[in-house]
Amino acid sequence: MTTPIVQAKDLARFYTVKGGLLSKPATVKALSGVDFDLQPGKTLAIVGESGCGKSTLARLITMIEEPTSGSLTINGVDIIPSQWSKMRETVQIVFQDPYSSLNPRQRIGQILQEPLIINRPQMTAADRETQARKMIEMVGLRPEHYDRYPHMFSGGQRQRIAIARALMLDPKVLVLDEPVSALDVSIQSQILNLLVDLQERLNLAYLFISHDLSVVRHFADDVIVMYLGRAVEKGPKEQLFAAPRHPYSKALLSTTPRADPDARKERIKLEGELPSPMNIPKGCAFAQRCWLVTDQCRQTLPELDDETHQVACLHPLF
Amino acid sequence: MSLLQIRNLTVEFATSSGSFRAVDGVDLSVDKGELLAIVGESGSGKSVSMLALMGLLPWTATITADEMSFEGRDLSGISARERRKIIGKDMAMIFQEPMSSLNPCFTVGFQIKEALRIHLGLNRKERHERAVELFDQVGIPAPESRLNTFPHQMSGGMNQRVVIAMAIACKPKLLIADEPTTALDVTIQAQILDLLIRLRDEHDMGLVLITHDMGVVAETAERVQVQYAGQKVEEQPVRDLFRTPRHPYTTALLSALPERATSKILPTIPGVVPGQFDRPKGCLFSPRCRFADATCAQTPPTPHAEGFGKARCHHVEKIAAGELV
Ligand SMILES: Nc1ncnc2c1ncn2[C@@H]1O[C@H](COP(=O)(O)OP(=O)(O)OP(=O)(O)O)[C@@H](O)[C@H]1O
Ligand SMILES: Nc1ncnc2c1ncn2[C@@H]1O[C@H](COP(=O)(O)OP(=O)(O)OP(=O)(O)O)[C@@H](O)[C@H]1O
Ligand code: SF4
Ligand code: SF4
Ligand SMILES: [Mg+2]
Ligand SMILES: [Mg+2]
Repeated sequence: MTTPIVQAKDLARFYTVKGGLLSKPATVKALSGVDFDLQPGKTLAIVGESGCGKSTLARLITMIEEPTSGSLTINGVDIIPSQWSKMRETVQIVFQDPYSSLNPRQRIGQILQEPLIINRPQMTAADRETQARKMIEMVGLRPEHYDRYPHMFSGGQRQRIAIARALMLDPKVLVLDEPVSALDVSIQSQILNLLVDLQERLNLAYLFISHDLSVVRHFADDVIVMYLGRAVEKGPKEQLFAAPRHPYSKALLSTTPRADPDARKERIKLEGELPSPMNIPKGCAFAQRCWLVTDQCRQTLPELDDETHQVACLHPLF
Repeated sequence: MSLLQIRNLTVEFATSSGSFRAVDGVDLSVDKGELLAIVGESGSGKSVSMLALMGLLPWTATITADEMSFEGRDLSGISARERRKIIGKDMAMIFQEPMSSLNPCFTVGFQIKEALRIHLGLNRKERHERAVELFDQVGIPAPESRLNTFPHQMSGGMNQRVVIAMAIACKPKLLIADEPTTALDVTIQAQILDLLIRLRDEHDMGLVLITHDMGVVAETAERVQVQYAGQKVEEQPVRDLFRTPRHPYTTALLSALPERATSKILPTIPGVVPGQFDRPKGCLFSPRCRFADATCAQTPPTPHAEGFGKARCHHVEKIAAGELV
């Protein structure tokens, strides 16, 4: 067994938000008690509804924010803020929106060299250019693209540029926050293939955030289903998709539309919405929407069990 | 008689670099109670063709059509005033950008009540009751108190539901929904789609659903039309389209879906859609089509007869017979 490149233990992130004129400041529990190991060359997907804490987790892993509690180890190093600048090279991020994440006034060559200028000041200009040109080829762009500006590229090409930039410092981990959600199906498949290819060649580990379960099913090795800041189910993709153990995962899978008019549709309708993360109910956070709820669920907070395919539910489906 | 009938719609924009044809000879018809889905690559003219119908394009757009009629009434001949009476009441649209149809300066309650006042002439009390009822229908929790909030105080998903409530406020006969659930979670998406389908069933409403989500298409539509680079390239009943797509673009699009993947590497469509300056002379899909030959590069194909999905392709018959691989 290889050692994990990222190890997260009991990660939590709370935000304090100012109340109204007369109310006290409130605490938003965006993330609580998240554990996982990410192996080199593997993809861990994070799924769940808007606001469940996916991007918050991404900000902790990429060292943009500090966890409120819990520990994070990357490449064997304990991640505390004094280590951030040294360790940031190891973890890079690619965002959903290929339009806003590139500086419109820089040519592609310059965009790609920027991380080297900042992090490898001793490198010569000629070496930087060589590296940038190599990367352009690696992500399937053409040599003449080196001198062009972002607005001259299509959405899919811009996402290639964003991936190329993220790879310039030779990271071990890529955090992909909805990397294909803004793209057409035909372009989406080009980018997913590129990511598969790069992972094989560079042994990259991916933390893959997506709301599209058909993409996750295709792409991930392991999956964490989050609900209101907590992992409610975690396991190998095949098992989780074939037999979800948490009622929420089952509902999520059943509501995902399938591109097959003949597919059997047994949708589980979830009423209501996520409770506010400022006012997380006692007991199981899913209790208000769960069709298996008992009195006990409203009292006891379920923890992930010890199986390989883990669930946090008092009355799991399996 | 179709509820909506469009024949040979073309929209050209005057731009600083010359004229650009965004919609190119599109036909479209929807019956009462029918759900037609429009799918296709980004920029293929889906939104522009519907905005042309609603009379909502800027003056730089030149619109021509052989026919554009609603309930048998010719829309091109009528005055702007007549058109406004139909639009928003009998024919409503949910726009792709929900925030653009909400005014940030007024509460959402005021905005929906205004629509009810103008089109239905309801009194104050009736307007309030109907507004609460509509918010409840689209799944907005605590509808009474939500009426008093401003758009910026709500989440994107909540605003999208307000926009949908406004569009269905006057029980339109035809509803055009442009990516109505794209910004929403699957759980809310399912609620909204159920709602639209229920309205369709209850009021025999015609529904045009523009989406890039083939899953949504498969689960909701009866008929599908596929657009590419401003043209309609194929049209089929939903089962037939997924089972036997006819146009090479549709076939390639479906096989690029991760859901249909048979290996880790997905089949792709190489290249990108042509733009203003690299529009091919012949078939618009020819630079990306694996079946393209000299005829395709030179001569624009015309839509095929019924039975081959009306595919705009020279070689559908040969492809269907397996003569081209
Ligand atoms: N800086 C902040 N201050 C206060 N609350 C925050 C802050 N950042 C995030 N939150 C809250 O934390 C919760 C989790 O947010 P997060 O962005 O991680 O969700 P997400 O799962 O990425 O959602 P989406 O799918 O919409 O991107 C949300 O309720 C959000 O409003
Ligand atoms: N006002 C305008 N002036 C010039 N060109 C325009 C204008 N509005 C739209 N276009 C162009 O018309 C083409 C069709 O646009 P449209 O918005 O209909 O695409 P779409 O099929 O709805 O795409 P998407 O799936 O991204 O919403 C695009 O190339 C677009 O850039
Ligand atoms: S703990 Fe109870 S309420 Fe929570 S998911 Fe399990 S059964 Fe449902
Ligand atoms: S006309 Fe030719 S290029 Fe166009 S879709 Fe048909 S086979 Fe392909
Ligand atoms: Mg997010
Ligand atoms: Mg559009």
